[in-house]
Amino acid sequence: MGPVSRRQLLFAGAATGGGFLIGWRREAGPRVLAAADKAMPAAFAPNAFIRIGRDGRVTLIICQVEMGQGTYTSMSMLLAEELEVGLDQVQVEHAPPNDNLYANKFLGDQETGASSSVRAFDEPLRRAGATARTMLVTAAAQTWKVDQASCQARRGVVTHTPTGRKLTYGVLADRAAKLPVPTQVTLRDPKDFKLIGTPAKRLDTAGKVNGSTQFGIDVQLPGMKIATVAASPVVGGKLVSVDDSKAKAIKGVRQIVVLDDAVAVVADHMWAAKQGLQALDIRWDDGPNGTISTADVVQGLAAAAQTPGVVVRNEGDAAAAVGGAPRKIESVYEVPFLAHAAMEPINCTVHVRPDHCEVWTGTQVLTRAHRGAAKAAGLPVEKVTIHNHYLGGGFGRRLEFDYVTQAVLIGQKVDGPVKVIWSREEDIRHDVYRPYYYDRMSAGLNAEGQPTAWTHRIVGPAILARYAPPAFKDGIDPDGVDGAAQLLYEIPAIRIEFVRHEEPVLNTGFWRGVGVTHNNFVIESFIDELAAAAKQDPVAYRRALLGKSPRAQAVLDVAAKAAGWGRPLPAGWGRGVSVLYSFWNSYLAQVAEVEVSKAGEIRVHRIVCAVDCGTVVNPDTVKAQVEGGIIFGISGALWGEVTLEKGRVQQSNFKDVRVLRINETPAIEVHLVRNLEAPGGMGEPPTAVTAASLANAVFAATGKRIRRLPLERQLRPV
Amino acid sequence: MIALKINGKSHKVDAEPDIPLLWVLRDLLGMNGTKFGCGVALCGACTVHLDGIPRRSCVTPVSAAVGHAITTIEAIGTTDAGKRVQKAWLDLDVVQCGYCQSGQIMAAAALLAKIPAPTDTDIDQAMAGNICRCGTYPRIREAIKLAARKTTTAGKGG
Repeated sequence: MGPVSRRQLLFAGAATGGGFLIGWRREAGPRVLAAADKAMPAAFAPNAFIRIGRDGRVTLIICQVEMGQGTYTSMSMLLAEELEVGLDQVQVEHAPPNDNLYANKFLGDQETGASSSVRAFDEPLRRAGATARTMLVTAAAQTWKVDQASCQARRGVVTHTPTGRKLTYGVLADRAAKLPVPTQVTLRDPKDFKLIGTPAKRLDTAGKVNGSTQFGIDVQLPGMKIATVAASPVVGGKLVSVDDSKAKAIKGVRQIVVLDDAVAVVADHMWAAKQGLQALDIRWDDGPNGTISTADVVQGLAAAAQTPGVVVRNEGDAAAAVGGAPRKIESVYEVPFLAHAAMEPINCTVHVRPDHCEVWTGTQVLTRAHRGAAKAAGLPVEKVTIHNHYLGGGFGRRLEFDYVTQAVLIGQKVDGPVKVIWSREEDIRHDVYRPYYYDRMSAGLNAEGQPTAWTHRIVGPAILARYAPPAFKDGIDPDGVDGAAQLLYEIPAIRIEFVRHEEPVLNTGFWRGVGVTHNNFVIESFIDELAAAAKQDPVAYRRALLGKSPRAQAVLDVAAKAAGWGRPLPAGWGRGVSVLYSFWNSYLAQVAEVEVSKAGEIRVHRIVCAVDCGTVVNPDTVKAQVEGGIIFGISGALWGEVTLEKGRVQQSNFKDVRVLRINETPAIEVHLVRNLEAPGGMGEPPTAVTAASLANAVFAATGKRIRRLPLERQLRPV
Repeated sequence: MIALKINGKSHKVDAEPDIPLLWVLRDLLGMNGTKFGCGVALCGACTVHLDGIPRRSCVTPVSAAVGHAITTIEAIGTTDAGKRVQKAWLDLDVVQCGYCQSGQIMAAAALLAKIPAPTDTDIDQAMAGNICRCGTYPRIREAIKLAARKTTTAGKGG
């Protein structure tokens, strides 16, 4: 064997640390370690994703965080398929923060968002699995002094086919670790997949049904205190003074921590902290945002919408074509600020010492949070340890680490560990909201009612200019225009513009689907307006314009047929359709069936969704994401809005942040259109495709075209 | 000191009588399976049983739990209905993020203990107080029905 390079040593992990593991017992089912558990040394660690111990224990290191989307299971399936192990033979461990090893190629760092996990890691994980398997098979062949081609791996065992001799991965681990890491391996032909594409059971269910799963909020440390916070009710506001005399008198309250823009009460338990917070007399300087209301925000956006934007897509002379068309249709669409309201309220636990800072939380951006904690603590990142946990919902909220920064600043003033928990009210009022967008649409129709020109001007903030500046190029926020720029309809003249307009009265960011969630509502409502103006069937109208998009046409056909499109409905009922395509590279078509009462209440009876997301890793996970994403989308479309008065968010808890409940949930049918195209994203598209199908169904039921969300507010203004 | 009986075991806690049971469980006793979601009985994440009846522990003062048998998610699997519910949840892969599921399972177990073969309306009434933001409702409904079918089968001696 040739000399082993330093690099190979690093990545092959050789036997450093050895495979010496004690105390592990085999269990019937798969295990998922608490994400904070320290990595165990392994005999064989050919890459950043796989460790195999001498006892045969296979540990898969998953860099994408589990927030319900099933990524621990799908990532494991990609690795296990090529590694040749069963899902019942592996355990899953959360990766440490390391952008060099775990960067998501679409997002540039170790990040779980934008429905990108399978798309980004399909090839790298399969390659990691195939590399390890190849080395194990080579090790077996060398042991037996036989041709590698005569050996086969299956369920963690290599068999010499002619003689039937067998060696387990555990036995082979040490020898495999001494082999050079092959630079080229053959990946399995997708038609030969054994695991990928099958409905595998989730790996994280057991702990979630018996209460043992550790979310960030469940961290417990010796001597830990609990803190809860009141931050300035207005973005940009500052603390003027606080009278804490009453709070300090409450039993269990230990300390009041004052920051520039927040006050925290540190106590023995959350109840004392909450009571302490209520007993504080706080004076704020609201700053320049203290007079702003929602109407001011809309006014600013409407004014910006009168100005030309940066051109995102330009085919033909759309403006002239609209002007010269026999029929011209113009509309303005608006979508409100939205809160995430993940079930696990925002929280972060820290232990800040002069020379070291330790953080326990749930984050979609482990390395960003790590760096953010270091910056807040004034320490180099090497002096900061961060532990990630299961997330009690992410939906984009945990792509921000404002709460980590805040917890570290509080922790700096507390002796010992402290868990900072936001009340639900604080969580709703200090969110990083889906922005308010304002869109101007116009189209020209010819004598046959076909669109000859389409213009779309999107007005809103550029989230990526703040979040990932390199992605904000030429004045275009790729996320803000996502789903609009890729308009699939064949129209001779198309012009799409983006007007960046910031309204810094609220912090805005990502919300399950962000740009597409807004754009799909706009374009799929507007194409419905055109169909209605042309007095044509909404499905047939779309279909005729999708001639160059066979995958879109196919999902539309499946959804329409399954939904019984065209079949009569009772009075007050309506059916609406929507089609989605975007950066996620998935095609969806959805038909919603709703009933609108005389009082303007919308009851969603049935949703049929057809999905082509290319290669499917776990069809049951895809189905679950479609069901859940639609429900998330219904809540947002029917009721979701965050409004401002004097700079303050008016909503606070589930009494005014209305979300769908089980008794309001429609029948949901998911139809997968299977093929072996490249995998598309699935976490967000079902949410994004939902608002338009509902708005179009409301139109069908009532004749009322709603161009401003939420829908029910327009049917029964309060 | 306040004496409590939780999951069949006796506990003594040093706490004010008005502290909600939720924080006694989580912060004083380290039993973290019961979740904090809203603090005002609007979401159901904190559901526990008092003498088998579902209660929102975030608004139940600990004094109101004295003298009652408290059951939490950590021990619901020792009850017949709880065990069947957990099994059905596993069989149908109900969970997503999982944060609300302790409360969902506690509500579902109480429902099945009271109504062995619940109708859709029974399910709506028993479960409408429990929010799931991941949207696992369709599977929760199916899992409750699956768990109920197991009772019926068992009842027939099958």
